[in-house]
Amino acid sequence: MLRSPLQVLTRAAWFLTMALGAQICAGSEIDHEVFGQVRFENRWYPENAAYPGQPDLASGIVLEPEFYFESVEGWSFTLIPFLRHDSADPDRSHADLREAYFLLLGEIGDGEWELRLGVDRVFWGVVESHHLVDIINQTDLIEHPDEEVELGQLMAHATWSGNFGAAELFILPHHRERTYPGRKGRLRSSLVVDDDHPSYESGAKEWHMDFAVRYSQNFGPFDIGVSFFDGTSRDPLLQPQVSEQRNGELVLVPHYEQIRQFGIDAQLTTDEWLFKLEAIHRADSQNLRYVEEDYAAFVVGAEYTFYSILGTAADFGVLGEWCYDERGKDATNIFDDDLLIGIRVAFNDTQNTEIFSSLLRDRDYSTSAFVIEFNRRISDQWSANLELFSLFNVEKKDTQFDPIRRDSFLEFRLNYNF
Amino acid sequence: MTGAYPRLRSLFRLAVLYLILSAFYGVPVYSESLTPEEIGLKIAQDTQARDQGFGNLTAQQTMTLRNKQGQESQRQLRVKILEVLEDGDKSLFVFDNPRDVQGTALLIHGHKDTSDDQWLYLPALKRVKRISSSNQSGSFMGSEFAYEDMSSPEVEKFTYMYLRDEPCGNLTCTVMERYPVNRKSSYSRQVIWQDKDALRAQKIEYYDRKNAHLKTLTLTGYKLYLDRYWRASEMTMVNHLTGKSTVITWTDYQFQTDLDNRDFTKTGLRRIR
Repeated sequence: MLRSPLQVLTRAAWFLTMALGAQICAGSEIDHEVFGQVRFENRWYPENAAYPGQPDLASGIVLEPEFYFESVEGWSFTLIPFLRHDSADPDRSHADLREAYFLLLGEIGDGEWELRLGVDRVFWGVVESHHLVDIINQTDLIEHPDEEVELGQLMAHATWSGNFGAAELFILPHHRERTYPGRKGRLRSSLVVDDDHPSYESGAKEWHMDFAVRYSQNFGPFDIGVSFFDGTSRDPLLQPQVSEQRNGELVLVPHYEQIRQFGIDAQLTTDEWLFKLEAIHRADSQNLRYVEEDYAAFVVGAEYTFYSILGTAADFGVLGEWCYDERGKDATNIFDDDLLIGIRVAFNDTQNTEIFSSLLRDRDYSTSAFVIEFNRRISDQWSANLELFSLFNVEKKDTQFDPIRRDSFLEFRLNYNF
Repeated sequence: MTGAYPRLRSLFRLAVLYLILSAFYGVPVYSESLTPEEIGLKIAQDTQARDQGFGNLTAQQTMTLRNKQGQESQRQLRVKILEVLEDGDKSLFVFDNPRDVQGTALLIHGHKDTSDDQWLYLPALKRVKRISSSNQSGSFMGSEFAYEDMSSPEVEKFTYMYLRDEPCGNLTCTVMERYPVNRKSSYSRQVIWQDKDALRAQKIEYYDRKNAHLKTLTLTGYKLYLDRYWRASEMTMVNHLTGKSTVITWTDYQFQTDLDNRDFTKTGLRRIR
């Protein structure tokens, strides 16, 4: 489902691609490359659905090509469209422009400047359990409940870097709405989220001009980043409302507030140990009871790796993280007071076989989430991925997990990389 | 200032003497009065001095991995190296093949006295991840080359002992042992053959902590770049315990390109493709 600003962007990107294509044909000195991925996916939910019309099986195909153009003058343009078709949930069949940006760069003294104009993805952070500090891009939640996948974000992104570190400025003129499963999708709340008609605190709605700055540097084994964001929250409050567009149906309407957030992310890398920290302070946002409450939240974690275990080439890592949000049960996300333990096995074989498994447990409720992922290369072009996502001991009172208590799944992905 | 001149003159005389002796005996010439350890260190220092001033280089690597049954798989990567005189060199590895790791990049800031700094760039997540460099013995891309075999052989990373001179093919080689300083190394010692003409490594034998002969590296197809820098075009590593082998073929060597510090930073890593 393409929304109008996205449509405009898609058209702009299309136009640029054509223009670049024409230039290439005209013999202008622009290098180009095309690569990308096609994924074939099958997700199976072994338990009966909680709501009528939710299938147990969802098949999908994903196309994510990447086009890259580089001129002799030094600028480049990257274009990554994303297309998914899903057999079960029409809302999950969606398109996005992951990236469509011009990159320009130059030198300042010993350092350099870099300017990225267009749609891009930016990642901040160090921990595994969730993305606390990361705020530039909206989550493409309908892709996966682990919130790892992000939507493209329109931005002007300037970086000035040198021996002093890297200072970055982001101007974000447009806000993307989080994607939610539709009526027929699993992993949805009891009321359907009407993500086509969000509400905004700002009168400018999704066109509010957001800003962010970040400074990052490393001192020997210590990497640190501090950031500040002022603008439209990426995390909506879901408010029950009678929807006029949906014939008086009771739905959840996402409401996006204006917030300010300070963030810090740091990692200390020693021989076998990694120590990680992410912390934020967010102002002007409402909690789960719709009361305005400034709050702090953090994730602390450590990871230890046993290299070349038992005389094999395999590395075995164990990690632990504690997620804390001072709002407690009023927190708008699930990471109010949770512990995560995980293991990571990298076989370091020719097939690059990897296993990652984690258990997240809520310290207030008994709710637990268990994930195990298995990755393996099949050939130069093909790779496969098997994942089990499982929820158990979900308490009725745990309002964020209860609706999806029957939505544990097993997923198999076959990837063709070209 | 004038007091310094006689010393300079005697240094100059020594240099002339060295050059004359070199002409007679070939390079290098090491005094009989030095201990085997001192000779070994001297060879390592001379080897490094010979290679100094290359500035930076880019090259393509094809890795062919072969298992015991003879099945092959290939990796393709681009390598960029920046010479850092006062510390370890900086290097960047960008993977092109297999396609599932296409665009993944590894940035290494080498250090002479402390552990190297390493960052991994994961293009799918656009994430720059700081990783530990203590995984010295780990396999590089599933190959028979360990991370420590890929890092630049700074003089300070080993102690040395000269063994003997012996013929190697049509050349004469000095043979010495070197012992890794890093306790994370999986080797107790390495035996290295270098030809006396240009101190090019011809063969390296790797012995594990139990002193078993683990691997042998053979370097062939040396070519001269910029009239000064020798680089092997083929490096074959055979693992004697597993019967597996890896051949690295180097192509498209380019020296003294426009690379500089800016291409070896965390922000530069985000631009890799």
